[in-house]
Amino acid sequence: MESLAACVIAVLVACGVYLVLRARTFTVVLGLSLLSYAVNLFLFFSGRLMTGAPPLATSPGPTADPLPQALVLTAIVIGFGMTAFVVILALRARGELGNDHVDGREDK
Amino acid sequence: MNVFILVLLPLLGSVLPPLAMRWGRNACAWATVAVTAGTLMLAMPPLMQAFRGTPASAHLPWLEGAGFDLTLRMDGLAALFVLLILCIGLLVVIYARYYLSAKDPMGRLYGLLLVFMSAMLGVVLSDNLILMIVFWEMTSLSSFLLIGYWQHRADARQGARMALIVTGLGGLALLAGFLILGQIAGTHQISQILQQGDLIRAHPLYVPALVLILVGAFTKSAQFPFHFWLPKAMAAPTPISAYLHSATMVKAGVFLLARLYPALSGTDIWFFTVSGVGLTTLLMGAYVAIFQHDLKGLLAYSTISHLGLIVLLFGLDTPLAAVAGVFHIINHATFKASLFMAAGIIDHETGTRDMRSLNGLWKYMPHTAALAMIASAAMAGVPLLNGFLSKEMFFAETLHVELLGPAWWILPTAATLAGIFAVAYSARFIHDVFFNGEPQGLPKYPPHEPSRFMKVPVEILAGLCLLVGILPGLTVGPLLHLAASSVTGEPLPSYSLAIWHGFNAPLFMSFVALAGGFAVYGMRRRLFALHERLPFAPDAAALYHSLEDALIRAARALSQGMDNGSLQRSATLLLGAATLAMLLPLTGGGIRGALPASPLDGLTLLGALLLMGASLLTVLWHERRLSAVIALSVVGLLVALVFVRFSAPDLALTQLSVEVVTIMLLLLALFFLPQRHDRLTKISGRIGDILLAAGAGGGCGLLAWGMLTRPVDPISSFFMEQSLPGGGGANVVNVILVDFRGFDTLGEVTVLAVAAIGIYALLDNLRLPVPLRDRDGRLWATERHPLILSQVTRFLLPLALMVAVYLFLRGHNAPGGGFIAGLVAAVALILQYMASGIAWSQRQWRLPFHPLIAFGVLIATATGAGSLLLNHPFLTSTFGHVTLPVVGEFELASAMLFDLGVFLTVVGVIMLILANLGKLTRRGTRLKENR
Repeated sequence: MESLAACVIAVLVACGVYLVLRARTFTVVLGLSLLSYAVNLFLFFSGRLMTGAPPLATSPGPTADPLPQALVLTAIVIGFGMTAFVVILALRARGELGNDHVDGREDK
Repeated sequence: MNVFILVLLPLLGSVLPPLAMRWGRNACAWATVAVTAGTLMLAMPPLMQAFRGTPASAHLPWLEGAGFDLTLRMDGLAALFVLLILCIGLLVVIYARYYLSAKDPMGRLYGLLLVFMSAMLGVVLSDNLILMIVFWEMTSLSSFLLIGYWQHRADARQGARMALIVTGLGGLALLAGFLILGQIAGTHQISQILQQGDLIRAHPLYVPALVLILVGAFTKSAQFPFHFWLPKAMAAPTPISAYLHSATMVKAGVFLLARLYPALSGTDIWFFTVSGVGLTTLLMGAYVAIFQHDLKGLLAYSTISHLGLIVLLFGLDTPLAAVAGVFHIINHATFKASLFMAAGIIDHETGTRDMRSLNGLWKYMPHTAALAMIASAAMAGVPLLNGFLSKEMFFAETLHVELLGPAWWILPTAATLAGIFAVAYSARFIHDVFFNGEPQGLPKYPPHEPSRFMKVPVEILAGLCLLVGILPGLTVGPLLHLAASSVTGEPLPSYSLAIWHGFNAPLFMSFVALAGGFAVYGMRRRLFALHERLPFAPDAAALYHSLEDALIRAARALSQGMDNGSLQRSATLLLGAATLAMLLPLTGGGIRGALPASPLDGLTLLGALLLMGASLLTVLWHERRLSAVIALSVVGLLVALVFVRFSAPDLALTQLSVEVVTIMLLLLALFFLPQRHDRLTKISGRIGDILLAAGAGGGCGLLAWGMLTRPVDPISSFFMEQSLPGGGGANVVNVILVDFRGFDTLGEVTVLAVAAIGIYALLDNLRLPVPLRDRDGRLWATERHPLILSQVTRFLLPLALMVAVYLFLRGHNAPGGGFIAGLVAAVALILQYMASGIAWSQRQWRLPFHPLIAFGVLIATATGAGSLLLNHPFLTSTFGHVTLPVVGEFELASAMLFDLGVFLTVVGVIMLILANLGKLTRRGTRLKENR
């Protein structure tokens, strides 16, 4: 299970990095989204993999670690804020500069 | 506390002159005079204390653990410098009033002058190395502004920059030296360091510390080979030169030598370095001064030479030489300040400083001429003037150097030679300017005496030269004794301040210097011709410029190599460096931890494969954007399932609702972006990117694997135990968010709010071309609001909102909470917008989003602040149990009010972003119809 989780993170990061290195703003946004999934999962996994034990104070026995979950919860919402900001920035660049290249100008 | 006021008063008073300018130039000058004179008055009590042998000090703890304290102390040496800084400062202020023309912004000059004065007082009064560095840098910065006072002149700007760079580099070296010295001595307090001279000199780090500190002192005091900035700094207004470059700023370097004399002196390296540099500077400055045609240039090189003399005296390392050094500091300050002022008067009245045009001014301005003659005679070391006394002591000291052995004669010979040069350039200053025929081609003709008060400061200083020269023991004696004994740190041997010591070697040397100097001046035409023909004249300033240019070129090449405006390139470099940094430690092996692997089930494997497949599809389809977004949404949904699988219901709910909003956002954005694009990167570049991506992914995967296979000892047992008794909720994740780490959450909702406002600003006035057809050439659908969807969503809305309220209320005990409820509510509202249009939706409920966000953040903050009112720390929570029909029993915690703030902010942020982006389609359509 642990190796599988690591593989998932590896694939997400690799795909995210590749997309971030593209030349179009929208693709970069897609890449950033994949990267933030990877980061959220990584943070979440730092509490280790627990099955069927949500972190409720009333439940008996060991439960999942609530701290990484709390961190990731806000990270997801903030991640949306960041994605939205980048998307709108890309739109603004498109409006002002007339293209969607990440450098604001087409290559010569 | 009196001592702090000395530094603070000029600093705070520096705002007065610019303010007083509205009542005219005189008011401005008076304000400055008042501040300076007030500081001088306040300095009197601690000065008296210094004379009584009980130095006044003031102490304010700052970073005690690091040994940084605000400690000021006025001992004898500081007292002498405080007097010099304030008295000469006062004279310069008066002088500058008449020197500046009506065009010059007087308020700025006086304001900066007071800032500089404060910094200088800080340097001499500091009893802490770090504090001294702060003031030291302040003198560099304020002198940069003062030298560049005439901002419209290129030479002023360049001179100021050069002075700043040279003294700034020296300041950097000095900081390093001070830190080492502090390490050696175990304290940064100067008065304690001075008592540990033996320990410091024996320490292996003594030499580096000494060299670094000397670089700082030598750059500031314009010693060879850092002397070149001083002549360039003559582009400053003359009152500034008189103040900074005779009495104060350049003296900071020699002050430092004097200050640290007990701690650093007394070794061979001190003797050879300090006296060697001093001697070189003394001879070089004096020689070059003879050939200057600019009055201020002559004075600048003469200043360099005299500073070299003082440095040389401290380098000789005998108590009497230190006395002579301190004495010459006083004397040089008086005669050089008055000479600069005289040069300024001549410049002011004739319009030129070129000695080839200035001749025979005796006839036109005899009074000024007489004053200048007294001062330059003091500079030359003519008997009955103060310069003679200290120079005599200097000559005497050069005769007693034992370290040189059989080569003992070098120093006295060099000293006499420097004396000859000094007499020659002093003679030139007098003869060329005031005699030697008639003035030629003066810009202002005929010249005349300046206004009365412009001469008063010069008169006072020239008078002092005479008074000290004739009655040294009665005038300067006590002050000199006080300052010199605090330099050496031990009782001084006996010495006599007198004009006549009988016929002895120093007198003979003085005589040779006088006679030789006049002879050299007499041969000046032949000397000038010879000097012109010198094949090689090393020009430090030119060297500096070529160094500077090379540095700028190298920096430009480097930064353009790193960042040529291409984001792809920067991102590649950044990600590449990060990947390397991650992979290199992993090469050692031993990644897998000790934990046994947990069993794998088929469903999880299937989900993981789907997730990886969908993310690969996102990459494969990234040029077909709609498909890529669909693939991305699959990834997001599967991530939510991962959260479900591994016991994180809150995360799953959050991820699910954020996913909906994100995909809607991306689809909206897609509408405005080009539908298709050409492949830009060459195949070789793509292969490189794939390798980098594989490296980064592999590294992160290995890291995650290493982490997952190691046991963990989390800190969260505290949260688990305290959640119910302390936070009144069973859902620990939510209790952490709204209670334990409520302050973080407050920050996070604030960030969200800021992002939303930023987005609103970005969308303001944005016009985007709206496509008429999709990528396959089909027209976009014309019916805007599908009937069934719009009808169904109207039924769904109350239900969805109820779910949101339910999630919100139960959030403290079961999965849910403000974030999730807010997302669900926002999704429900957005659905209405999509189904029925923005105009219709906004007619139905006038939901103002900005106030919603503001209310949200406000409620969250106010909840936190409420506990302050009850004398509890910020965000302390309280709770009680409430039973509602249907919902059942639940806790009503103050944290819930906080969660309400989170809820409102989240709803407001999402609605603000999506609704405003959606509005663009209408704006864009109108644009199209107009066309």
